Amino acid sequence: MSLTRLIAIARKEVLHIVRDARSLGIVIVMPVTLMLLFGYGVNLDLKGMPVYVYDQEGSQQSQDLLKHFQSSQYFHVARVVDSYSAVSRALDDGSARMAIVIPWNFSLQLGAGRPVTVQALVDATDDNTANVLIGYAQAVVQGYSSQIQLDWLRQRGIAAETSPVSVQTRTWYNENLESSVFIIPGVLALVMSVIGAFLTSLTIAREWERGTMEQLISTPVTAMEIMLGKLAPYFVIGMFDVAVCAFIAIAWFKVPFRGSFAALTFSSALFLVVVLALGFYISVIAKNQFTASQIALLVNFLPAFLLSGFLFAIEQMPVALQWITRILPARYYVSVLKKIFLKGTPTAMLSADLVPLAVFAALLAIVATRSFHKRLE
Amino acid sequence: MHATETSVVMENLVKRFGSFVAVDRLNLSVRKGEVFGFLGPNGAGKSTTIRMLCGLLRPTSGRASVAGYDVARDPEAVRQNIGYMSQKFSLYNDLKVIENLRLFAGLYSVTGKLAGERIAWALEMADLNGREQRITGTLPGGWKQRLALGCAVLHRPPIIFLDEPTSGVDPISRRRFWDLIHQMAEQGVTVFVTTHYMEEAEYCNRLALIFRGRIVALGTPSELKRNSMKGELLLVECEPLGRALEALQSAPGVMDVAVFGNALHLSVEDAASSAPRIDAFLRQCGLTPGKIEKIRPTLEDAFVSLTTTGPAAEARTQ
Repeated sequence: MSLTRLIAIARKEVLHIVRDARSLGIVIVMPVTLMLLFGYGVNLDLKGMPVYVYDQEGSQQSQDLLKHFQSSQYFHVARVVDSYSAVSRALDDGSARMAIVIPWNFSLQLGAGRPVTVQALVDATDDNTANVLIGYAQAVVQGYSSQIQLDWLRQRGIAAETSPVSVQTRTWYNENLESSVFIIPGVLALVMSVIGAFLTSLTIAREWERGTMEQLISTPVTAMEIMLGKLAPYFVIGMFDVAVCAFIAIAWFKVPFRGSFAALTFSSALFLVVVLALGFYISVIAKNQFTASQIALLVNFLPAFLLSGFLFAIEQMPVALQWITRILPARYYVSVLKKIFLKGTPTAMLSADLVPLAVFAALLAIVATRSFHKRLE
Repeated sequence: MHATETSVVMENLVKRFGSFVAVDRLNLSVRKGEVFGFLGPNGAGKSTTIRMLCGLLRPTSGRASVAGYDVARDPEAVRQNIGYMSQKFSLYNDLKVIENLRLFAGLYSVTGKLAGERIAWALEMADLNGREQRITGTLPGGWKQRLALGCAVLHRPPIIFLDEPTSGVDPISRRRFWDLIHQMAEQGVTVFVTTHYMEEAEYCNRLALIFRGRIVALGTPSELKRNSMKGELLLVECEPLGRALEALQSAPGVMDVAVFGNALHLSVEDAASSAPRIDAFLRQCGLTPGKIEKIRPTLEDAFVSLTTTGPAAEARTQ
């Protein structure tokens, strides 16, 4: 191994990156864009969902119930309408996600001490949102009914508590239950994957495509020197992007950072080795840039996006998929990131994620090294 | 020939790609300081041979050694001793001239003061002084070619392999490039060069004509012209050329006919006596021949003759 040759390759690779506006964009603009996109754009919190109300009765009591809906942060009573057709139109065109229909005999039934039903029509195209809305609506109505029961008992001179049993919740790690806090640490994994997918995967393929590889391998430079020389600049870039993303997360989005920077650096370095080695391997086998970027997208970016637990909880996936996630390095990195940022888990307790990550890094480094030969066949 | 005087030796060198035989039992040795030309049409196996010699392709069978090192067993040692310019321009177009030179200096482990000297020498040789900061991709073809040569010889290798170095380069630049090659050869560098330009082949000390993976002739350019032709050569002008070609193929005493530009080249036993007979024959066929004269064979004639008769022609009809 000659350091002179390795540095010669690394320096050339840096020049390629600097001269190519596209890769420069991916290096600098992409991490920031992804952070902002996921920080602001992806909001899994359901707040202020538009609700239409069809109050058939218009009594004091039906208005009371509406006030309960209005005071909930989850609902926004967008409009009060006076027909079923208006309700169904609003659900059709999406201006309402839910409609509450209060029957004409609402106060009458309540006055007579008889049960009464309030109808909730829910747009269930997005089942998850629908489920959450139904839950919230039930909670609002539940609260209103126990209020009525309480009033009824009090009128009869029976002293009663609001409710005999209640839960006192205390949310840990993500105290304000903001989905951005849950998502943003995982964006780092996505950024790393994209760097691996779109930059590294091109490095070898580009040389084959432009015919420069033939000249390169006719010199005494070794396969190992080519690989390390090419990957070194991307490693530095990757670590730089980790720092940029972490800075945006902490300073801009106020995501708590409770772990150690050393743990973040170490785990990011491991994951970068995984991603770079994989990208390099893809580039070697694909031999042309288009195929390489497609394969990279498929094996690197999509799993990191969908199966890493970055957006969608792994525990809720079908069992078979859960098993598949075990062979995805991104899963372990996302898990480490969430623990470091939100929980401040001591480094020693991260081994359940760091060990598999290290194993992947070692395996892929070996595969990448073995894949590249200085021959034209 | 003494062993230390040979730079490149091939013994029964074979390369197959699947069932296709690209290089078929080549036997050849190239002397130190020789400008050795590998002449043949596209697809004859020139690049495949040169790539095997540079250790980029593994020979299917046979062996080859370069600078005394076996190309299959010790490709890294071979690479220390060679400079290679591949067929396609293969420097980095997005790098500056000086950056390409520095890169290859690094790859050949030429460092420090020596690197500065060699780069200055390469710039001088390639006549690129003052253009160090130019982006390589913006250079004209001939200049790129000289830069590629400069990069390939920064480590002063004893042997250089040039695969069609002047394809797509204008004639003046081509001439200049060959001057450079001869300068190097004078300094004792062995130059192994492939080309399909017949006129370039004349610049070589020795030539191998390669056709369908086989060497069909070997010698100095004048030897080839002299020995490869049977009989003598007649130039025949006649309109229309196609009908004349057809007629002459069956004419008595004509051993071979080929089209060269807007005339035909005929190989015959004796030019002086054949000329009037050919003239009469063409008139008999209802054609009016123009000039008919004896000419000296060119390398192209030799090449056509070699590839249409003898072992190569048999290979072609297989």
